[in-house]
Amino acid sequence: MSSTRRDFVAMLLGAPFAAAIGCGTHAPRIPPGTLIETGMTRGHAVIRDRHAAPAVQTWRTHAVVIIGAGVAGLAAAWELRRRGITDVVVLELDDVVGGTARGGQTAVTRYPWGAHYIVAPQRDQPDLIALLRELDAIEGEAADGTPIIDEALRCREPEERVFYRGRWYEGLYLDAGASTEDRRQLAVFRREIDRWSAWRDAGGKRAFAIPTRMSTGDAAVTALDQMSFAAWLDGHRLSSERLRWLCDYACRDDYALLAADTSAWAGLFYFAARQRTGSAAAQSVLTWPDGNHTLVRHLASRAAIETGVAVERVDPTGEVIAVGKAGAFGVRARRVIVAVPGFVRSRIVQPAIASGDYGAWAVANIHLRARPREAHHAPPAWDNVLRDSPSLGYVSATHQRGRDRGPTVWTWYYPFPGDARQARTQLAGAGYADWAEVVLADLERAHPDVRALVSHIEVAFWGHGMIRPRTGALFGGARAEHARPVGHIHFAHTDLSGLALFEEAFDHGLRAAREVAEALA
Amino acid sequence: MPARGPIAASALYLNVFIVAICGLIYELLAGTLGSYLLGDSVTQFSLVIGLYLSAMGVGAWLSRQLETQLARRFLDIELAVAIVGGASAPVLFLSFGSVAHFQAVLLGFVGAIGVLVGLELPLLMRLLEGQVAFKDLVSRVLTFDYIGALAAAVMFPLVLVPKLGLVRSSLAMGVANAGVALWGTWLLRDQLGRARLGLRIRAVIVLLAMLVAIGFADRFTTWAEDEMYADPVVFTETTPYQRIVVTRGRAGFQLFLNGNLQFASADEYRYHEALVHPAMMAADAPPRHVLILGGGDGLALREVLAHPSVEAVTLVDLDPAMTKLARRFPALGQLNRQAFADHRVTVINDDAMVWLDEHPGTWDAIIVDFPDPNTFSLGKLYTKLFYRRLLARLSLGGAVSVQATSPLFARRSYWCIIETMRAAGFVVRPYQVTVPSFGVWGYALARRVPFEPPVHVPGLALRFLNDAALAAMFDMPADMMPVPVEVNQLDNQALVRYYEKEWRRWE
Repeated sequence: MSSTRRDFVAMLLGAPFAAAIGCGTHAPRIPPGTLIETGMTRGHAVIRDRHAAPAVQTWRTHAVVIIGAGVAGLAAAWELRRRGITDVVVLELDDVVGGTARGGQTAVTRYPWGAHYIVAPQRDQPDLIALLRELDAIEGEAADGTPIIDEALRCREPEERVFYRGRWYEGLYLDAGASTEDRRQLAVFRREIDRWSAWRDAGGKRAFAIPTRMSTGDAAVTALDQMSFAAWLDGHRLSSERLRWLCDYACRDDYALLAADTSAWAGLFYFAARQRTGSAAAQSVLTWPDGNHTLVRHLASRAAIETGVAVERVDPTGEVIAVGKAGAFGVRARRVIVAVPGFVRSRIVQPAIASGDYGAWAVANIHLRARPREAHHAPPAWDNVLRDSPSLGYVSATHQRGRDRGPTVWTWYYPFPGDARQARTQLAGAGYADWAEVVLADLERAHPDVRALVSHIEVAFWGHGMIRPRTGALFGGARAEHARPVGHIHFAHTDLSGLALFEEAFDHGLRAAREVAEALA
Repeated sequence: MPARGPIAASALYLNVFIVAICGLIYELLAGTLGSYLLGDSVTQFSLVIGLYLSAMGVGAWLSRQLETQLARRFLDIELAVAIVGGASAPVLFLSFGSVAHFQAVLLGFVGAIGVLVGLELPLLMRLLEGQVAFKDLVSRVLTFDYIGALAAAVMFPLVLVPKLGLVRSSLAMGVANAGVALWGTWLLRDQLGRARLGLRIRAVIVLLAMLVAIGFADRFTTWAEDEMYADPVVFTETTPYQRIVVTRGRAGFQLFLNGNLQFASADEYRYHEALVHPAMMAADAPPRHVLILGGGDGLALREVLAHPSVEAVTLVDLDPAMTKLARRFPALGQLNRQAFADHRVTVINDDAMVWLDEHPGTWDAIIVDFPDPNTFSLGKLYTKLFYRRLLARLSLGGAVSVQATSPLFARRSYWCIIETMRAAGFVVRPYQVTVPSFGVWGYALARRVPFEPPVHVPGLALRFLNDAALAAMFDMPADMMPVPVEVNQLDNQALVRYYEKEWRRWE
C-alpha cells in the first residue's frame, strides 16, 4: 500500500488501524469502482463560470417554477398537483433527482445513496399518510386511527446488530458485559425519553414532534437547544460508556455530529420523537431497498422536471434566469418556490442569508457477489454497526425483501463529525482507490473475507451533505424569518428546520405549496 | 568422524522455501479449522497467528541448545514437522466431536508446529555457516523463507482449500515435509555419516503413512461427523445454504440439514402422508395444479404425484444441492420413487418468499414444508406477510397444508403459526400426528373459505392414512390446546423467539 493511501486510511479509521493493515507484504486488492459525482463539482463549476448576465435566448411562462428537485421541491410539486395546479416546472442542477435521497439500481437490487428509512406516521400526519397510501404502503388502521404500515415495508427483524471485539451482538445497545450501573443508567435514560415522549403542553402539543413544526414552543423544551446533548447527559449523571456511545452514535447517524456538539433538543428529538432505539414502545420504521429514494421516485413520477439546469437568478417578481443544456433561458412565473440549501439560495435570491453549518458525509455502495461467512452469533441485520469504527457500518439493501443469500448491495455510511470545511480540504485529493481501501479496511474488521467477494464499489462524497443541529442552532435564530416569502418567491428546505430529515423537507415543501396555492387562488 | 564435503547450498535454499510454505499452510489450516468449527474467525486467526509466531521464536531460542549433529537434528525436526503438521487437520477434525477443549488441542498443535519450524532456520543457517559469506547466507535464507510464505498464502485459498480440502491439504503438506527430509539425506549425506540410513528409513515410513492417509481422507471427514450423529455418516455436502448430512443405520437412513433431522426413512411416510393428503382432499375439486414450497427431498412430491388428478407440480426449494441429492442419491431417489423424473414436475431453486412475490399464478393445492423456524432467515417464511402472499396464490376452491413444528414440544410456536395464518386471512384447521423419530408433529390445513376437514381417504394405497387416522389427526389432545400468542410479523419475528425458547428446554 502506498504511504499516502496509508495516511488516508489512518486519517479516516485511526492510525493504529492503518499501521496494522499497512505492514502486509503485498498491497491488498482494490476491486474496480468509481467515485460518484454528487453535484458538488457541478455546483462549484457554476460558481466559477458564472457570467455577469447570461444572454437570455427565450422566455417561457409557467404558473409555478420550483428550483431544486430534492425532497422539498418534489413534495411541493406533488402538493401543487393535488391542489389542481399543474402548470409547474421543476429545475434541477444535477442530472438526477432526489438531492441527498438519491438511489441506484442493478440487476440484483435497488440501493440508497442517502437516508434509508422514515418513521411510521402518526394520525396527525395526514399528508404523509396520503403519500404512503398512493404507494400502497398502508394495510389498515388501528382502533385509534393510527395507520398500519404494510408488513412488507416494516423493517424486518433483526433490525440492528453491533460488532464488538470479534463478534456480532443483537441490537444497537451493547448489553453483553454491561454492568449493573450501565443497566441502571440505560433505564434512567429510557425513563427520561418516555417522559419526554408522553409530555404535552397546555395546548396538547408534543415536546418533540415529527415534523418539528408541530413541536411545542414552550420555553421549558426549547431551552434544551441552548445546551449540548452531552451536557444534558452530564446533568442527569449519565456517564455509562455504553450509553454515551449510543448517544454519540445517534448524533453521528442522524446529524454527523458528536453529542458534545449536538443541541440537546436534537439529541432528545432523535430518541423521543422516533423512539427507534430508546423505548420499548418504539414506532415502526419503514424502509425500501433504495431507502427514501422510493418516495422520491414516486414524488418525481408525475412532475415536469428539467435536469442539468443552473439557475442564475430569481427575482422577487417571479422572473427566473437559468442556463440549461441549450443555453440561457428565462421563465416568467406567477410564483417561484426555491427549494435549495441556504448556501445556494444566497447566490440566486437577494437578500443573502447567513449560511448554516453543514455536515460532510461519505457514502459507499459495495456490490457483493456473495455474502461473507457468518459465525453463529447475531445473524445479519438490516443495519450492521461496527462499534469501534468512526463509520456507521452498513445497511443491507436485500434485507427487507428477504433475499438472504447470494449477491447483495451494502450501503456504508461515514459521517465527518468535525469541521466540514476541513474535511472537504483534507479529502479533496482522495481518489477512488483511497476511498475503496478505507471502506474495505473498515468492513474487514467484521468480515475478514469480504474483499474477495466485492465485485465493485461506488463511493460518493457529500461535501455539504446536510444541515447540522449544533448547540443553539435550532431556536432563537432567524429560521422562521428565512421561511417567509420574498415578493413572489417562497422557500422550502430542511435548512429551515435545522434538521435534515425526509419529514422536514416534505413538510416545508407542502407548506410552500400551500402558500403558493393560496396566493394563486 | 566422517569427512565433511561442501553442501549444495542452492538445493538447501529450495529446502527453506518448501519448509516455509508448509509452515504457513499448517498455520492457515489451524486458523481455518478453528473458525469453521468454533466460529469467530477474527479471534481464531489472531490466536493462531500470534501463537505460531511466538512459538517460532521459542524454537529459534531453543536452537542454541543443540550443539552437535546439526544435520541429523535438522532432518529429524523436519520429519517431526511432517508428522505433527500433516496429522494436524485430521486429528483436529476428529477431536471436535469428542474433545471438550478443542481450542486447547488446536493451539497445542499450532504451538508444537511453531516451535519445530522455529528450530529449523537457525539450524540450517548454522549448517551453511562458513561455506557462504554471512551476508549472502542471511539474505538468501530469509528471502526464500519470505517468498515461501507468499507462495503459501496464494496456494492456500486458491488451490489447496478448493481442490484438496482441509484434511487432504494438511496431509499433502506432510508429504512435502517428509519428501524434503528424504531429499535432505542426500544433500547432507556427508554431514550425516552413519545416521543416514536410519533417517532414510524413517523418512520413507512417514512419507508412506501420509500418502496412505490421503487415500483415507474422505473417511477422516466422515469419522469426525460420525461423532456427532448416532448412525454412520454416509454422505456429507456443504452448500452455500446448509450442511447436508445423510446417516445410515439399521432402520434405514436419515437426512440432516445443519444438524437438524429432516426425516428418517423408517417413518417418514407418516409425516408426508399427513402433510400432503389432507390438503389434496380438502380442495373443492381434485387438484390439478400443485405448488410445493420447500420439500427438496422429493418425499412430499411423491405423495402429490400419487393423485391422478395432478397435471403439473411446481416445487420451489432454496438449495439446488438438495434437489440434486434427491435425484442422484440412490437411496433417496428410491424413497421418493424418482419423483423428480416425472414429466409433470418443474423444480425452481429460489427463496420461496421472494419467488411468491415475483411470480404470478394460482394453485389448487399448496404444500408448505420448510425446516423449523430456528433462524430469522427461516422465520420470515412463517410471517403474516408470507401467508398473505400464499393466500394470493391459492385458488378460491384450493387448500394449503403447512408443517408447523411440534404442538407438544413447541406449543407456543405451533399456535403462533396457526394464529399468524388466521391473521393473514386463512381459515385454519390445526391437526397433528405421531412420527416416532420426531415425536408428536403439528400441521395446519387451511383454505380461503370456511370448511370442514376431510373425513374420507380415497383409495391411494397409503401406508398410514385411513379414515380412522384422519379423524384422529384433527382431534387436539388437552396438552396441545391453544395458548395465547403474538402474530408473527416481519418486524417482530415472534416465532423465532418462541421456538428458540421452547426447544432449548428439550436439548
